[in-house]
Amino acid sequence: MGEHHGPMKGVKRWILATNHKDIGAMYLWFSFIMFLTGGFLAMIIRAELMYPGLQLVDPNFFNQMTTTHGLIMVFGAVMPAFVGLANYMVPLMIGAPDMALPRLNNWSFWILPFAFSLLIIAIIQSFLGIADAPNFGWTFYAPLSTKYGPASTDFFIFSVHLMGISSIMGAVNVIVTIFNLRAPGMTLMKMPLFVWTWLITAFLLIAVMPVLAGAVTMMLTDRHFGTSFFDAAGGGDPVLFQHIFWFFGHPEVYIMILPAFGIVSAIIPTFARKPLFGYASMVYATASIAFLSFVVWAHHMFTVGLPLAGNLFYMYMTMLIAVPTGVKVFNWVATMWRGSISFEVPMMFAIAFVILFTIGGFSGLMLAITPVDQQYHDTYFVVAHFHYVLVSGAVFSIIAGVYYWLPKWTGRMYNVGLAKLHFWSSLIFVNLLFFPMHFVGLAGMPRRYSDYSLQFADFNWWISIGGFGFGLSQLILLWILIDICFRKKGEAVSDQVWDGADGLEWTLPSPAPYHSFSTPPVVK
Amino acid sequence: MTEETRKQSNARLVAKLMVAVVAMFVFAVGILPPMYDAICDITGLNGKTASEAADTSGAQPDAERTVTIQFLADTDPDMVWDFKPNVFSVKVHPGEIRQVDFHVRNPSQRVIVGQAIPSVSPGQASPYFKKTECFCFNNQELAGGQEADLPLIFYVDPELPKSVTTITLSYQLYDITGADAEDPELAANY
Repeated sequence: MGEHHGPMKGVKRWILATNHKDIGAMYLWFSFIMFLTGGFLAMIIRAELMYPGLQLVDPNFFNQMTTTHGLIMVFGAVMPAFVGLANYMVPLMIGAPDMALPRLNNWSFWILPFAFSLLIIAIIQSFLGIADAPNFGWTFYAPLSTKYGPASTDFFIFSVHLMGISSIMGAVNVIVTIFNLRAPGMTLMKMPLFVWTWLITAFLLIAVMPVLAGAVTMMLTDRHFGTSFFDAAGGGDPVLFQHIFWFFGHPEVYIMILPAFGIVSAIIPTFARKPLFGYASMVYATASIAFLSFVVWAHHMFTVGLPLAGNLFYMYMTMLIAVPTGVKVFNWVATMWRGSISFEVPMMFAIAFVILFTIGGFSGLMLAITPVDQQYHDTYFVVAHFHYVLVSGAVFSIIAGVYYWLPKWTGRMYNVGLAKLHFWSSLIFVNLLFFPMHFVGLAGMPRRYSDYSLQFADFNWWISIGGFGFGLSQLILLWILIDICFRKKGEAVSDQVWDGADGLEWTLPSPAPYHSFSTPPVVK
Repeated sequence: MTEETRKQSNARLVAKLMVAVVAMFVFAVGILPPMYDAICDITGLNGKTASEAADTSGAQPDAERTVTIQFLADTDPDMVWDFKPNVFSVKVHPGEIRQVDFHVRNPSQRVIVGQAIPSVSPGQASPYFKKTECFCFNNQELAGGQEADLPLIFYVDPELPKSVTTITLSYQLYDITGADAEDPELAANY
């Protein structure tokens, strides 16, 4: 085959892209831009909360910042980053020439900029003082988002519809690729764990993104077409909204962490120079977590007045999730046990992931206990919990994955000194940012307010310092990426890149050619 | 696998997955809300009370036991009526039939149709809270400036679990003026 045709010239290469590497790269850059945008909104939040009282913004604007920060980070940063990694890496890992449905792939990416334009138009209007952006929290509970939602709620609804369509198409593509395009000999139980976790994530997406689409559609008809799904005046019930939202929302949090498990399961064996401990148990644990994610949603609703039997059921089911998750954590530790470990940058992020994600898991277990959740509910303890699993969990794993595969993508080694600086400053500031939130949360500071009681003042000052530090640290990553991708700096790397790395992607030249595995490799 | 068979098997798999996507959407919009309503009606979860009058026969007052019933009356922000219970709480024996009145006044100059939506807390008590007559079974129409006492006649089923000693009945009053004309089907739900 060979290089009979390369990429198209100019901007058409990107607009008409059907190559999985081009689309993967666009997803990753899009996600990084959204990460910086959502991070900028978080800086406004932390600036306001640095001191008690109202300094910079009014409470309504503050609520718009927390809402859009959450939406952009969840749907714009974390999810597209994983889809980007899947696009780039799944075909390389299973020996496929491309994704199975390349044109669908193009569409599922190019919907995203339009989806987020709608949301960002609402934010810009708010910054200019023209109209309010969505201000009801990323969970958009009815009736805050139906009866009391600002006009821009409709922008939000269509934005969610579009990103849902994009996610579903991405998930369909991943499933078809994995089922139909594996190289000869690549049986399911030989697939790298990143491929496995993405296969299961894709099924979760197919199961719950339509439910999210249903929820926002019902919001839309409640707002404009006289239905009363969530309106008690017409015989509906706002609590129904919470059930539907969390029926989507809980699997959604696993959508944001299962691929992270896959990335870490690729990196740790490489730098421990041992095969992954308990491969089969990792696969079954991932599947168990996915299954359990459908029967725990009401643990977000312990305070709405569920019957005792319901509270107990959701409490036990939630605690049960700690078992397969524990299997994973112990497997990673066992992989490192007596390994010949070296601490390259991806490994540093992966080890930080294991430790910090586990801290987030422990606070999750605390929140799972119904009687104590009555105290923790809607406090900064919850904020600390989900930022530990999402920032030092999901985001760290994405960064680890980027540092791990970047040399394969570009054929060059990034600036390792700067990457280590990025790691240490991220690690220190992320803990300064989120660890004290446990304390103020347990002491009773509620989330989603622009002000707080005086006794929380000192901790919040430190939290804000951590926030600014963590935000600025990510500019180091921006520079590293510009340096290697656009300024073409860095030493050429070998095909193997990391001496302990195993898998089909490392058999390709570095950088991976535009068309790879046109002839499928044979897996023994 | 040839290119042609691969395309066919891709298309088949895509079709199956799209069926799942559509099914989940239908599940969220068409099945979950009625299922939730049915479960709440059967179990009384979430404080939903029966929307039809209860049968009064066979209610034997149990003088051994006393239950406190508290009343809350709130109006929706869009509703201008004054609305309050004439008594805020009563003590009843289970099985005993009682009447309490809620006072409403329409301070505006126009005719307004109101609809009260009840909710009982704790939810586990709601199947045992029986209303033989309630203004919430129908909508209420008041001319501008008009006032009225709206009756509620109820009893507590003696089967009420022993752990429940206080029941709170809350009404939220909504302005549904024009709902009948705009959408008779929606009005029929009230």
